[in-house]
Amino acid sequence: MTPAEGITISGSRTEGASNGPKRPSDAGRDIPVRDRAMSDLKRTGLYELHVELGARMVPFAGWEMPVQYPLGVMKEHLHTRAAAGLFDVSHMGQVILRCPPEALEALVPVDVAGLAEGRQRYGLFTDESGGILDDLMIANRGDHLFLVVNAAMAERDIAHLREHLGDAVEPVTNRALLALQGPKAEETLARIAPGVAEMRFMDVAVIPSDFGDLWVSRSGYTGEDGYEISVEETNADPLARAILAHDAVETIGLGARDSLRLEAGLCLYGTDIDTTTTPVEADLGWAIQKVRRTERTDFPGADVILDQLANGAPRKRVGLLPEGRAPMRAGTVLYADETDADPIGTITSGAFGPSIEGPMSMGYLPADRATPGTTVYGDVRGKRRPATVTPLPFRPATYKR
Amino acid sequence: MKFTEEHEWLDDVDGIVTVGITAHAAEQLGDIVFVELPDPGASVSKDDEIVVIESVKAASDILAPIDGEIVEVNEAIVEDPAKVNEDPEGEAWFFKIRPEDVSQMDDLMDEKEYKEFIG
Repeated sequence: MTPAEGITISGSRTEGASNGPKRPSDAGRDIPVRDRAMSDLKRTGLYELHVELGARMVPFAGWEMPVQYPLGVMKEHLHTRAAAGLFDVSHMGQVILRCPPEALEALVPVDVAGLAEGRQRYGLFTDESGGILDDLMIANRGDHLFLVVNAAMAERDIAHLREHLGDAVEPVTNRALLALQGPKAEETLARIAPGVAEMRFMDVAVIPSDFGDLWVSRSGYTGEDGYEISVEETNADPLARAILAHDAVETIGLGARDSLRLEAGLCLYGTDIDTTTTPVEADLGWAIQKVRRTERTDFPGADVILDQLANGAPRKRVGLLPEGRAPMRAGTVLYADETDADPIGTITSGAFGPSIEGPMSMGYLPADRATPGTTVYGDVRGKRRPATVTPLPFRPATYKR
Repeated sequence: MKFTEEHEWLDDVDGIVTVGITAHAAEQLGDIVFVELPDPGASVSKDDEIVVIESVKAASDILAPIDGEIVEVNEAIVEDPAKVNEDPEGEAWFFKIRPEDVSQMDDLMDEKEYKEFIG
């Protein structure tokens, strides 16, 4: 409960988490503090639909976004895993890059040149000290690249891209972005856009439909099979209504989007990763393909990142399962034992996992404490509670590879 | 039934006051996933933080609405916190308290005043 919701039971005391994100970030982990007038906020092409469906709208990364619908966070989460959930992610930044794929490699430690046409890959912008400037999706669409970046970082990312790539950078400002996630996503979208069933995880395609050309990727951020669909803004509302006409589909807000991504072990930029964390510390080394480690090693922060890849990083992002039912939320300080005065790490994301039916957290621990099975202690309201280091994801992904 | 500005309800039956949170509060909190209750027998003072509720969104405290002794707590909501969303003003009460000074309840709102308060 936060003041943002217009009601306080004695004052919310969640460590860090409920007072709004420490930094701008791109998901609904927190219910952001209503710190500016709604009138300053941007609205997506689905705003009217959200309101019509009874969404609770909150400010998020400069946008007025649905945090939940009448179904509620828990049921929205479970529905996505059981059937299909429709998410408005239009606040995220869409960018076209008309440059040779290698040119982007100057900014990301990712193999872009080797990305086949019609394929997408997770990527990271890094800085000179090896920190993460943002995470993003990079798709090869033949004569250009298509990027999707975090809402709160979009402006900075575009400036960063322009500084290095100049006129090649074309922000896409007239398209909405929807995500349809869950085991029924395929059969639902296939009725509107035949062809999506043949796609496999991380494929991208342009698919004609009654709603204009859809830029579809078979991906998402929930750990479920599903799609992200870029659609002309004027067609976004009718497309969303057509998808929602199928019984399997419910609209899902930022609240459930956050618990879904956390169960899937996925990072939230500004919360789990930022410029103070390297890809290796964040356990995202898999996003740095071999060719970028051995041959094309000219990316920002390469000296730090390559050294950590070879010799290990001092700390590591881990999954943690708290004992009992009390969530250990973002900001919870971690200790090696029940009495030691010196903290060893911090929780960066923590919530109740509706599908795993228990609390779950992610955080950073020293490398020698990061082995699965290790017990650490989190300070929850002045009491040290045990939590066990656990492999991520908390719930296995169901991608269609 | 009396109500606090902290969205608690108090039901005085023969000198023992049952306390829970209002339906409005439960709805605003969202799905409740964790409840921590005081120990039976504990002496509490008004405004002590004696209950912790965690919803899918955040943690909140519930304050003791009056001075008194906790005589019973509802373990059923610790076992199944979702009950608080299902029946907050009935089965999902939080604790029963023996008031030290019943007159402390005089300042609380009645149902009509509470409805106006939440507007």
